[in-house]
Amino acid sequence: MNAVLLQILNGLDKGSAYALIALGLTLIFGTLGVVNFAHGALFMLGAFTAVTLNHLLTLEKVVVSQTETTAWGTPLEIRTPYAEQIFGDFGQFLIDYSVPISILIAIPVMVIIGIVMERGLIRHFYHRPHADQILVTFGLAIVLQEIVKAWFGANPIPTPAPESLRGMIDVGAGLGLQPGSVIYPVWRFVNFGFSVVVIAAVFALLRFTTFGMVVRAGMADRETVGLIGIDIDRYFTWMFALAAVVAGCAGVMYAPIVSPDYHVGMEFLVLSFVVVVVGGMGSLTGAVAAGFLLGILQSFASMNEVKNLVPGIDQVIIYLVAVVVLLTRPRGLMGRAGIMET
Amino acid sequence: MRGSSASGRYDGLLFAGFAIATLLAPLLLAPFGAGYPDLLQRFAIYGIFAIGFNILFGLTGYLSFGHAAFLGVGSYAAVWMFKLLSMNVIPAILLAVLAAGLFSLLVGFVSLRRSGIYFSILTLAFAQMSYNLAYSVLTPITNGETGLKVELSDPRIFGGPAGGGLPVPEIFGVDMHTTTDVALFGFNLQLNVGFYVCAAFLIAAFYLSMRIFRSPFGMTLKAIKSNQNRLNYTGINTRPYALTAFVISGMYAGLAGGLLACTDPLAGAERMQWTASGEVVLMTILGGAGTLFGPVLGAIVIKYAENIFSSFNKAEISSFYSFLPDGLRDAMTSMTAAFVGDGWQLTLGVLFMLAVIFLPGGLMEGLRRLAFWRRPGGEPEETAARRPAE
Repeated sequence: MNAVLLQILNGLDKGSAYALIALGLTLIFGTLGVVNFAHGALFMLGAFTAVTLNHLLTLEKVVVSQTETTAWGTPLEIRTPYAEQIFGDFGQFLIDYSVPISILIAIPVMVIIGIVMERGLIRHFYHRPHADQILVTFGLAIVLQEIVKAWFGANPIPTPAPESLRGMIDVGAGLGLQPGSVIYPVWRFVNFGFSVVVIAAVFALLRFTTFGMVVRAGMADRETVGLIGIDIDRYFTWMFALAAVVAGCAGVMYAPIVSPDYHVGMEFLVLSFVVVVVGGMGSLTGAVAAGFLLGILQSFASMNEVKNLVPGIDQVIIYLVAVVVLLTRPRGLMGRAGIMET
Repeated sequence: MRGSSASGRYDGLLFAGFAIATLLAPLLLAPFGAGYPDLLQRFAIYGIFAIGFNILFGLTGYLSFGHAAFLGVGSYAAVWMFKLLSMNVIPAILLAVLAAGLFSLLVGFVSLRRSGIYFSILTLAFAQMSYNLAYSVLTPITNGETGLKVELSDPRIFGGPAGGGLPVPEIFGVDMHTTTDVALFGFNLQLNVGFYVCAAFLIAAFYLSMRIFRSPFGMTLKAIKSNQNRLNYTGINTRPYALTAFVISGMYAGLAGGLLACTDPLAGAERMQWTASGEVVLMTILGGAGTLFGPVLGAIVIKYAENIFSSFNKAEISSFYSFLPDGLRDAMTSMTAAFVGDGWQLTLGVLFMLAVIFLPGGLMEGLRRLAFWRRPGGEPEETAARRPAE
């Protein structure tokens, strides 16, 4: 029971990243009809906003002390981050909370990146075959990835979560089980909660605002919306930016969990594509549901009991589920007919 | 599309030209600094891989993202043949082709039940499963992360453990690494047995692909690409055709994998990763999908670029910019360094994007435009036909 509970938590945590990336992919696909292989790179860029901010805030001023020496007899170097020097205690707070604060920076950054990407590149591929779209975004993903690699190096960069959120929560005790039987990192709960909020916000935006209404109408029948006199392209550009923000925020929140390196996005992207297809191309609910479902299934498959029963299952479970789903339900769990079948 | 009426003589010429160019490759590519055996072998092997991929993607339009799995299976099969039977490359290649063919039959049978992106994801799923399993559960067969290689203790039936070092692959007694140096036109040509084995297979592969392109079977495959529904309505069951194309291209991949193992008897799981599948897609698109020679050209360009760009180091770039003042030189050096050496993939990505954006038909399309001096404004007929009806 404890192990099961722990795996469900693990699955929700992993699934929240899949769900957010898959949600963005589906938004782009549903509105623009473009298969975006650079979406994983957007996730990666988000993670690196956190890395950059953390790096900038922890830039240190090194003063060589005249009087004190280290245990080795060399002069002691006193390192104080500039942020602390300038802002004092507030600076310390900034450094500690650099990851959550990155969200605030990531949003405008991702909006700009999204708009530039859509206006500069994606726009010219609306009427090209899907294969071309896949290939050009794939190329873009390589380029973004390599730029980040040239800048930050190839090694994973640890990005710590805030001190106060680094602890563990005793979930078992909260649920009336034996205390200490199921403990789970706080940050992962924060990550999960954040994902739920973002997903809810996106759905609310689409459901309850005029913007959302226009976008939904555009998804259903782009031409008619254009005929009414609405500049649908502008809405779609913002939709792309929104999808970029969702991916970027997911990247920021995931940075303390994975220690981002330059190809973290690609790893998530391949899985997220499987998630989107399992959920059904073009279905937002399907993408989110499939994201959490596959996350949980993957966690269960990596339990030792399951691994002993079916060796290697943890490595293939997601792909296996994808194969089974696609063969039994051709359009995924909640897909609509006639999408992406040519 | 080219008219098929006059294609008989044209094809003969094309094939003869291709065969001669392949056989003379050590001479033709020597001025580019690419005339050495290791690189030439890679050109030929990846050329075969891309030709095979083109039979599926170029003709039927099914975009497979999992072809590297067949290449990997071919490599493993060949190395096992070395370990168990003999160091002769022929049985190794036969088993490689056969194993990849069987595996692609299985994958194709399942994946071809869907089309479009669903097909791509299914093939990707199978390839990733093979890759992950090769690293974990199948370690007894694949030797996991270390990779499968020929060892002294192998229970080989023919030519068992003889004294001395590790045995090397040979073809009827001739060592694959045998290289004859010939001085010609001021170049030192390295004629390598391994390359000529690969070249023979490349020529055969090209010939077969040409025959497929011109055959009624090939026409059916093209029809699948342009309008599968119409074909279904005419009463033609398209799936066996697509499956045949899939298996053929899988066998080509197996052949390429087998040859990789023959030139260097080592097989690792990273050959099956999805990036490797992406690479062959790149080669085919860059060269020109659906053209005969395009995939080979794409393979050569990418492997050449990989080789050239990845070999530069900072000192060389710095000396290249030696005519500039110091500060400017450092700036230019570090900027160029991002594109070469470890960062050569950045160049690859940029090249790739440029090719897709400006040359939808690939390099072959570019060459054709150059040859006919056509204005680039007119959209090629082929892309217009591929555009989905909206």
